[in-house]
Amino acid sequence: MTAPAASAPAAPVSGLLDRRLLFFTGKGGVGKSTVTAAAALLAAERGKKVLLVEVDAKGDVAALFERPQVGFEPVEVHPGVHAMQMDTEASLREYLRLNVRVPVLGRLGPLASMLDFVATAAPGVKEILTVGKVCWEVRESVEGRADWDLVIVDAAATGHVIAQLDSPRAIRELVQVGPVRAQTEWMVELLADPAITALNVVTAPEEMPVSETIELVARAREQLDVPLGCVVVNRVLPEPFTRTDEPVFAALRTPAGTAALTDELGAGAPAVLDATALAVTLRRSRAVHLTELRRSVDVPLVYVPYLFVRDHGLRVTRMVADALGEELGA
Amino acid sequence: MTAATANLEAVLATREIVIFCGSGGVGKTTTAAAAALGTAVRLGGKVLVLTIDPARRLAHALGLEGLGNVERQVPPELLRTAGLEPRGELYAAMLDTKAGWDDLVLRHAPDEETAYRILENRMYHNVTGRFVQSHDYIAMERLFDLHASGTYDLIVIDTPPTRHAIDFVDAPARMAEFFGGRLLRWLTMPYRVGGKRGARFMSFASKPFYTMADRILGSQFLQDIAEFFLLFQTMYDGFVERARAVERLLHDRRTGFVVVTTLEGAPLREAEYFCDALVERKYHLSALVLNKALPESLRSADGWRAAEVLVHDAEAIATKLVDRGIEGIDDVEPTTRVLRTAGETFRSFAIVATRERELRDELERIPDAVAVVPALEDDVHDVKGLAAMSEHLLGG
Repeated sequence: MTAPAASAPAAPVSGLLDRRLLFFTGKGGVGKSTVTAAAALLAAERGKKVLLVEVDAKGDVAALFERPQVGFEPVEVHPGVHAMQMDTEASLREYLRLNVRVPVLGRLGPLASMLDFVATAAPGVKEILTVGKVCWEVRESVEGRADWDLVIVDAAATGHVIAQLDSPRAIRELVQVGPVRAQTEWMVELLADPAITALNVVTAPEEMPVSETIELVARAREQLDVPLGCVVVNRVLPEPFTRTDEPVFAALRTPAGTAALTDELGAGAPAVLDATALAVTLRRSRAVHLTELRRSVDVPLVYVPYLFVRDHGLRVTRMVADALGEELGA
Repeated sequence: MTAATANLEAVLATREIVIFCGSGGVGKTTTAAAAALGTAVRLGGKVLVLTIDPARRLAHALGLEGLGNVERQVPPELLRTAGLEPRGELYAAMLDTKAGWDDLVLRHAPDEETAYRILENRMYHNVTGRFVQSHDYIAMERLFDLHASGTYDLIVIDTPPTRHAIDFVDAPARMAEFFGGRLLRWLTMPYRVGGKRGARFMSFASKPFYTMADRILGSQFLQDIAEFFLLFQTMYDGFVERARAVERLLHDRRTGFVVVTTLEGAPLREAEYFCDALVERKYHLSALVLNKALPESLRSADGWRAAEVLVHDAEAIATKLVDRGIEGIDDVEPTTRVLRTAGETFRSFAIVATRERELRDELERIPDAVAVVPALEDDVHDVKGLAAMSEHLLGG
């Protein structure tokens, strides 16, 4: 565990991976896709068969497992992890095939431009096709017709996720009759079941991600029936020094201290001290936001340390999975 | 562009509109605000920063809280309090998408009654609130208006957080395409053409669509949509003309694009893609900003050697330092801990700094002007912070 004051109770998150449907949202740039992929990897390593659904991102999820881009059909990207990319047009075709007998389908012409039209005109259509597909996979599994133990969704970013998860209810209100309305009923129920579903937020200890997270948690409570799981705080920098060690570092930063260290180590000593000072101030400026988050959010916080890397791949996914594993408990 | 003019300051001095873009979380809003501030302070003139979604403290610093769509001058006293002597004036405004759409409808509707029917349409609120690229389009619209007003010497704008950063430049064209589209006319036809002839025509062309849509969505829903688009079509001519004008302005030499990125894998890939896409679409890619870069000193070979020694021999060095009798360094045990931590910290950051440098070397070739902003110690959240950042952006 990296954050020393991580005092949030562990119990509420310990069963997180035992649910059937986990959504992960977060502001752009906080590492949402990596954390989502890591959760899938962790669940798979604990023996679960996982479907990882990429909704909003740019087709990068397979790259986090060092595999080529995937499409709408799930592909095994790692032992126990199948990944798919959401495609609302494919989802609509599947829906029509399974639920509505539409003999004229072939004569409809470009389904894509029709979908564009309907989705543009009717709020929630793209969202329902996304959430609908995900819910359908979960229901099939719960009822034994598909074998996903867990469906993990790399969901829309914070600005859009409420609309996405609320779409079954929104559509139910807009559409008075017809099969779509009936379909939304069970989706609303499944999404609201705390034994099945959880919405998780990925964030970083910086101003904008933290304020978006606080806002999102409040809005989710107010507007959604979807239960909240945890807030994953990504990129937490370690506190370099304890209170007793701080004065020693301060003494080294004085001209006399730096000169003495330079005598012992050569010309590189100031650079080392500067780097450490940067780490201290970065940690300190982030601590404020971390405190704010802890104070304002009553959802369990899970910490993932800052990784000193600059690119992503299976190695980083595994490092994050290990960190999540420690935090979530067995 | 010659080497002499290849910096961000020259871009800000010569363009009338500068658009900051990049993927989420790279510091676009702050960079745009700092560039605007730096221009107003150093180069003078009236500079406006049009921002989309600033952090609360930044909005507060610029006096933007609760302002909605109105531009307001950042008080010169505020700038002077931060130790600046501005030669020009800085203005700031936030983008309000809803108000932007309402303005648009009022302007383009053929008469007042139609305008109000649109504004009251049940679909209107949903559609404008979540329209594909609705924010993008309104941002570009507003930019056009502000530019046309001739009030400002320079308008700096940061772009909405779109899924793909390139989406917003395509928004005007797409909007024109959408409202002029054959598909839309085809779909609303049964509602436009009355009488027997219309009904017969409909059964020929669009009946399969309606049959299916009725079965899935219910016909009332579809009628609501059709009515909305029918109303919207009355605005077609004005709308399309305007969208084309916005597009021309974006392509004009007076408009420059600045791509902002951090030196991390995903934002960098997006930035590269974005640079290529801008050039391909014949927009003026003017500069690249590498934000939150780690300091150069992290790549010093001397530093690495010193850190190695500390990681392996912290105790020996600590003992020697304590023997020197320096004030505050009198206990070997904590000194050892501090030295080892310092060595480890340097090595960790040095690895990141080296990767950053590699990524930077691969990228730097793209636009001529590149500004590097170091990882600042705190979030930029006041005028002083913006001023410090603008020094890095515009050069010392």
